[in-house]
Amino acid sequence: MNQTIFEPWNDPNEKPLIQFKNVTKRFGDFTAIDDQTFDIFEREFFALLGPSGCGKTTMMRMLAGFETPTQGQIILAGQDIAPIPPNKRAVNMMFQSYALFPHLSVWDNIAFGLKRDGMTRDAIGDRVAEMLKLTRLEKFAQRKPHQISGGQRQRVALARSLAKAPKLLLLDEPLGALDAKLRQDTQFELMDIQETTGTTFVIVTHDQEEAMTVASRVAVMDHGKIIQADTPQTIYEAPVSRYVADFIGDVNMITGTAKARNPGSEPQGDPTPPSMQPPEKRDDAASGTPQRLDPQPNDAGRWLHDKVLKFVLGPRSDAPKRLPPPDPTRDAPLASAQATPQPVEAAPGGLEIHWHEGAPPLIASNGDPALDGQTVTLSLRPEKMSISKTRPDAPNVLHGKVVDIAYLGNISTYHVELPDGLKIKAQATNTRRVSQRDITWEDDVWISFRDTAGVVLVE
Amino acid sequence: MRRFTWFNATSLTLGFAFLYLPMVLLIIYSFNDSKLVTVWAGFSTKWYGELLRNDAFLDAAWVTVQVAFVSSTVATVLGTMAAYVMVRAGRFAGRTLFSGMIYAPLVMPEVITGLSLLLLFIGIGLDRGVFTIILAHTTFSMCYVSVVVSSRLVSFDRSLEEAALDLGCSPMQAFRLVTLPIIAPAVFAGWLLAFTLSLDDLVIASFTAGPSSTTLPIKIWSSIRLGVSPEINALSTLMIAVVAVGVITASLVTKRSALRQEADQRAAERA
Ligand SMILES: Nc1ncnc2c1ncn2[C@@H]1O[C@H](COP(=O)(O)OP(=O)(O)O)[C@@H](O)[C@H]1O
Ligand SMILES: [Mg+2]
Repeated sequence: MNQTIFEPWNDPNEKPLIQFKNVTKRFGDFTAIDDQTFDIFEREFFALLGPSGCGKTTMMRMLAGFETPTQGQIILAGQDIAPIPPNKRAVNMMFQSYALFPHLSVWDNIAFGLKRDGMTRDAIGDRVAEMLKLTRLEKFAQRKPHQISGGQRQRVALARSLAKAPKLLLLDEPLGALDAKLRQDTQFELMDIQETTGTTFVIVTHDQEEAMTVASRVAVMDHGKIIQADTPQTIYEAPVSRYVADFIGDVNMITGTAKARNPGSEPQGDPTPPSMQPPEKRDDAASGTPQRLDPQPNDAGRWLHDKVLKFVLGPRSDAPKRLPPPDPTRDAPLASAQATPQPVEAAPGGLEIHWHEGAPPLIASNGDPALDGQTVTLSLRPEKMSISKTRPDAPNVLHGKVVDIAYLGNISTYHVELPDGLKIKAQATNTRRVSQRDITWEDDVWISFRDTAGVVLVE
Repeated sequence: MRRFTWFNATSLTLGFAFLYLPMVLLIIYSFNDSKLVTVWAGFSTKWYGELLRNDAFLDAAWVTVQVAFVSSTVATVLGTMAAYVMVRAGRFAGRTLFSGMIYAPLVMPEVITGLSLLLLFIGIGLDRGVFTIILAHTTFSMCYVSVVVSSRLVSFDRSLEEAALDLGCSPMQAFRLVTLPIIAPAVFAGWLLAFTLSLDDLVIASFTAGPSSTTLPIKIWSSIRLGVSPEINALSTLMIAVVAVGVITASLVTKRSALRQEADQRAAERA
């Protein structure tokens, strides 16, 4: 495995910086955090993502020491932090409201925590100067918080929480108050600072784009539970549930009855090269899916592997694993709206999904045949769908009418209504000028996608 | 929209007349040359001179200022602590009782408060004097302070305190370094309120004062029983002047700093 990739959560020898062990937090009889167990590793940029009220802030406040878990343990660097008061923790927090001290200058705000540590005046001066430089606030050192702009205030709050060089920095919706452009700049700034200082960041946000941009791992939360914690790519490409698929980005969901397909005569062994194998999950709140969703070799394939390929590819891991991250070459959209689609044969095996009476079933060759007979949802990202005016030759083809076009500059999203009323979104890159594009409102179009474009979800 | 109507003008005039006519009369007659209060005999400032030579009044004024200063300061400390506990402590057994009991003296008739304090001082054998007036004034002005301070604390952003804890302060340090400087204007307003309440209190002071400790209101009250003298008019005019200067300065200062803050903020957003 490539050593330069930062993924300590896949390394069983790595010791986590933070461990939540069956942590439950109740306010009265309301359960804000529901029996959560997960790890955060050193130098991670861990994002908590979820709708308002799902318990993100509560999670942070337990780490900072302003709330204590009702049950369970939080371990920081090997030590149970329950008995440690907030002012003794090597954790600093950047508050949602910034919480700058209005009666102190920018300089004094940043120096505030250092003075409590009993550092010498010179050392404090040096450290504050360093922080001012890092956040480009040198010119504003003597101003009061009300004398600087929102973006600068946010940087003061960041500088203040970084000044003590905490092991762990908590950021509660740090960019909520900024406008879109400033927000983006600041996101990159945050990532830079995180890399330069090597601090572990936990960020709370309800903005999925922000989480995807900055985080090494994203934890999608709902009602006090982490539903899935994984890299942005995996969350996006291989969500474990409809909730996650729907929460992150745009998605089309087609529900129907699954039916196992004929596995075909050409066993494939293990088609995934070792570097593409998602390693086994460590204990993680995003509980592994109960059924095997990943493709399994049949007996012949197993034989072929054990007798021949093993010596080339190494031993086969038989442990349950997530859906493999999709192969970019296989999953690229068949063609853009303008290009001529290329004929593609569906791979054997997997599932077909009977979603509508009379319509041909959709083929998902990456579906788990064990789901035969169950009601499943095929989740499809709009950018994996192609749209064209002539019927393309593809494993999955849907026919409908364009009802809406959202022009977003670099891409356009076409809303296509199928005969049964289902609306499907398909995206195409705008490689040509508007006048040369030929698909418009009310056009009859064909939507096509590969047999591996979607993800089959059961819950 | 027409701002001026005869109705508005009349009600404004009547209202202000109602409020200020007595005071204006008092000020005018303090400059009366005649000893008879109701007869105008020309302009003079001689009663102000008389006042400065009247030791009884000066002594009473000194007692009053001492009492007001000490009692309002002690009341501010106690009242702020009580307010902090009430707003911050969240739920604890007897919280409602505690907050109700703090506010009770606000609505208690002063005569009752005075009488009960008198009984207490007699009961424990405390000689009445400056000290007992201070105790009494502290008792009743403390709840005013706690009302003023707790209304500020309710809107105080709690995350400021949490930020202080987060940065390594003990709870005590957080209060001293963050909470107190920020709520200082409310604490000062509470102190000012306690100070003026103590300055003009007649009822409770009469119950708790001893023969050697007469406050200014008691002195004025007892001397007008012998007839209103121009000297008292002069004294009252001085008190009005002091209060007016205080109030106007305070409001100018707040207004100026609010305007400056606004200007700063706008400048910062533009930059
Ligand atoms: N101190 C508290 N007392 C009672 N309920 C609380 C308290 N703090 C948070 N909650 C509740 O817990 C839930 C989660 O809150 P929070 O963690 O702030 O959500 P988020 O930050 O994800 O929006 C909310 O429903 C909120 O009402
Ligand atoms: Mg929140």
